Amino acid sequence: MNIRLKVWRQENSEAKGYFEDHKLKDLSKDMSFLEMMDVLNEQILQEGGIPVEFDSDCREGICGQCGAMINGRANGHHEETTTCQMHMRHFRDGETVTVEPFRAKGFPVLKDLKIDRSGFDRIIQAGGYISTHAGAAPDANAILIGKDQVESAFDSAACIGCGTCVATCKNSSAALFTSAKISHMVKLPQGKFEARERVVAMVNQMDAEGFGSCTNTEACEAECPQGVSVFNIARMNFEYNKALLLKN
Amino acid sequence: MLDSKIPEGPLAEKWSNYKAKTKIVNPANKKKLDVIVVGAGLAGGSAAATMAELGYNVKVFYFQDTARRSHSVAAQGGINAAKNYQNDSDNVYRHFVDTLKGGDFRSREANTYRLAEISSQVIDQAVAMGVPFAREYGGVLTNRSFGGVQVKRTFYARGQTGQQLLLGVYSALMRQVSVGSVKSYARHEMLDLVMVDGKARGIISRNLVTGEIERHGAHAVVIASGGYGKIYYLSTLAIGSNASAQWKVHKKGAYMASPSWVQFHPTSLPQAGDHQSKLTLMSEALRNDGRIWVPKKAGDDRPANDIPEDERDYYLERKYPSFGNLAPRDISSRSAKEQIDSGHGVGPNKNAVNLDFRDAIEKLGKDVIAERYGNLFRMYEKITGLNPYNEPMRISPSAHFTMGGLWVDYELQTNIPGLFAGGEANFSDHGANRLGANSLLQACVDGYFILPVTIGNYLSGEIHSGKVDTNNPAFEKAEAEVKARIEKLLSIKGNTSAEHFHKRLGKLMWDNVGLERSQETLEKAIRELKLLRADFWNNINVPGTDKGINSELEKAERVADYIELASVMTYDALKRNESCGAHFRSEYQTEDGEAMRNDEEYQYVSVWEFEGVGIEPKLHKEKLEFEVLKPTIRSYK
Repeated sequence: MNIRLKVWRQENSEAKGYFEDHKLKDLSKDMSFLEMMDVLNEQILQEGGIPVEFDSDCREGICGQCGAMINGRANGHHEETTTCQMHMRHFRDGETVTVEPFRAKGFPVLKDLKIDRSGFDRIIQAGGYISTHAGAAPDANAILIGKDQVESAFDSAACIGCGTCVATCKNSSAALFTSAKISHMVKLPQGKFEARERVVAMVNQMDAEGFGSCTNTEACEAECPQGVSVFNIARMNFEYNKALLLKN
Repeated sequence: MLDSKIPEGPLAEKWSNYKAKTKIVNPANKKKLDVIVVGAGLAGGSAAATMAELGYNVKVFYFQDTARRSHSVAAQGGINAAKNYQNDSDNVYRHFVDTLKGGDFRSREANTYRLAEISSQVIDQAVAMGVPFAREYGGVLTNRSFGGVQVKRTFYARGQTGQQLLLGVYSALMRQVSVGSVKSYARHEMLDLVMVDGKARGIISRNLVTGEIERHGAHAVVIASGGYGKIYYLSTLAIGSNASAQWKVHKKGAYMASPSWVQFHPTSLPQAGDHQSKLTLMSEALRNDGRIWVPKKAGDDRPANDIPEDERDYYLERKYPSFGNLAPRDISSRSAKEQIDSGHGVGPNKNAVNLDFRDAIEKLGKDVIAERYGNLFRMYEKITGLNPYNEPMRISPSAHFTMGGLWVDYELQTNIPGLFAGGEANFSDHGANRLGANSLLQACVDGYFILPVTIGNYLSGEIHSGKVDTNNPAFEKAEAEVKARIEKLLSIKGNTSAEHFHKRLGKLMWDNVGLERSQETLEKAIRELKLLRADFWNNINVPGTDKGINSELEKAERVADYIELASVMTYDALKRNESCGAHFRSEYQTEDGEAMRNDEEYQYVSVWEFEGVGIEPKLHKEKLEFEVLKPTIRSYK
């Protein structure tokens, strides 16, 4: 198959960006989207240009390092998928495909499609952990957790930290990311002791990073590669209000 | 010369004896000591967080954009621990025996025992941190079986066990960052080790965003940079996985142990075309319920579901009735290759075998299979466009895990004082073949429970050293060398990309130093590697500059190191005139095609000392002594 690409180029976070046009021929429909980008970069190299910078690592949908807006949608139009798991069979022969970085105030562009998501790290640093240390743990079966409860905690813990939720949200809110970690921990008995301090610190950090507010459009859940539910956001709000109420 | 420092006493008491007598550093002095960790996966991240909890000043370096991405994240199936929660007669000794036997008696007995001994603690630790392992309705933890084992000792979190364990490590690490005990260097690559007076004293790194070359001093350096299976280009590893940290320290004098021992995972997706950048792994856990088969008739083109039962060859069940589809990885991979090579392969490229869930779905129902493997089935469908509920998966062996790595003693210290190696980056626990779910275990054991203890024994001698001075001439020299190499790579301006060289290297290694090797293919590889290296340094095309982000420069650096490492791997395979575990030399096999070990001559680990690029390295031998379990011929029949 052949496609026409409009790819975002931007030298660094301060520079002005622009779209660059490329034509790619004889692609296989079994290629992944990022393998198509590899072909593009090989072509650019042969033409004496500078390849397009983009992040990717595991290329099996679990590390969360890749991510781009494809035709205006985070990771493209396929359901519950990361950019690396998007395949060319989902595009039409001859189609024009637009590729841009995730755009959000909290995610400055580093170069081309590469962005800085270190704000997520700082949200976790604010309280996204259970304070324990190696050597202190009781026997694993001393903490009983019901099957449904642990599966529900897993659903929240499944977040891969890719930033699709932020990129999709019209407010660039990081509520889904933040609430997933808060919910993961508060759903488990081990995580309850620090629940109040955690939710307040993480929400405050999320705001300090410049991520927007959640207005319940639920677009984040629709695009999340892991299908993380917006119920996590409801839980975060509940936990946050509870923490403030109980503080007084 | 090689002192493995195995503690005295009976096998089961060695680790306790070691801990009882090891030197420790008091809390006030720990604050004066700096440790550098390279790699933020399960091993590196847990080592960094745990050492910071103890009070050391830790700096951790990794090339990814955050410490939650390292390839530990992709491990699916699970983590072993001899908890015996299933009451199926599991215990530390049995776990040790399975691991030692699985490694074909080519690992160090004391290390392997310690791996099993500490396994239970890892599960306790992970649960305390909030890792949501699978549970029974009553609230207790559940387990499943893995290859090469007859008990259920594998703990799992759906098909994302590695991710959940890594997120536990990541949260512990972020907690230490928040209190200032760990400085985290994302998007940084270590480009050299700095040694002062024969000791590891720091690293030179490149900031991958600004391009800046930086000096970092420390009293000890831990390499936890993972494995180098991506040397084959197509592998289950991540795009950025690399051997550079290991290779740089090897060039500075650290020994590599049995580097040619590479595991080819039997259940990866087959190659679909030349465009492919990686091969995705399908968890070994699938072999609990999936049955592996090929058509009896070579070249049978019928769709899998049209082939009647009596025309199918369930070759693992036929050849290894007591383990069946759960035969160890080396044996399963080689058997698959045998079928593919003899024309029984399936799929459009005839390069795969079937992994069939038809019987399991009939017996257990689709819902149970979906609950167990739903995410894997979805992933398979996303990649291939085929539905494994309706037709068998097509799987094929792929380069996966490197049992070989930096030589370390019982303390996980390399032969360079102050330089340690943990996780997949070291050799030591798995011998010539790793059992499924022992990898996550080893990374956690090394990082949480061994390195933080053993490093104290070394650092207790460093409390009077004072801050490491990065103005020392050794830092200056190392920095100048790093800069010179970058300049050289940028100045060649050839016509061939790093990616292209990596593909060529991968094919060369797959064909000649792959699942099966012989004297002939290995000698050929040595000749071809010389040509490839020369071609690389004449024709590599690295565009752009050393300022700012330049992925092509990063790739070229890594591929250059891979090409050099490849020749040590090849010499290692060539000089071992036996077959053991994943190292299968076609000259050394039994009549029915099984690996033929030669204990009389090769019951040792080959430990290689760098003598110059492309030059045959110098061989040291660490003789393996088995006091408790005498080597037997491995049989899974």
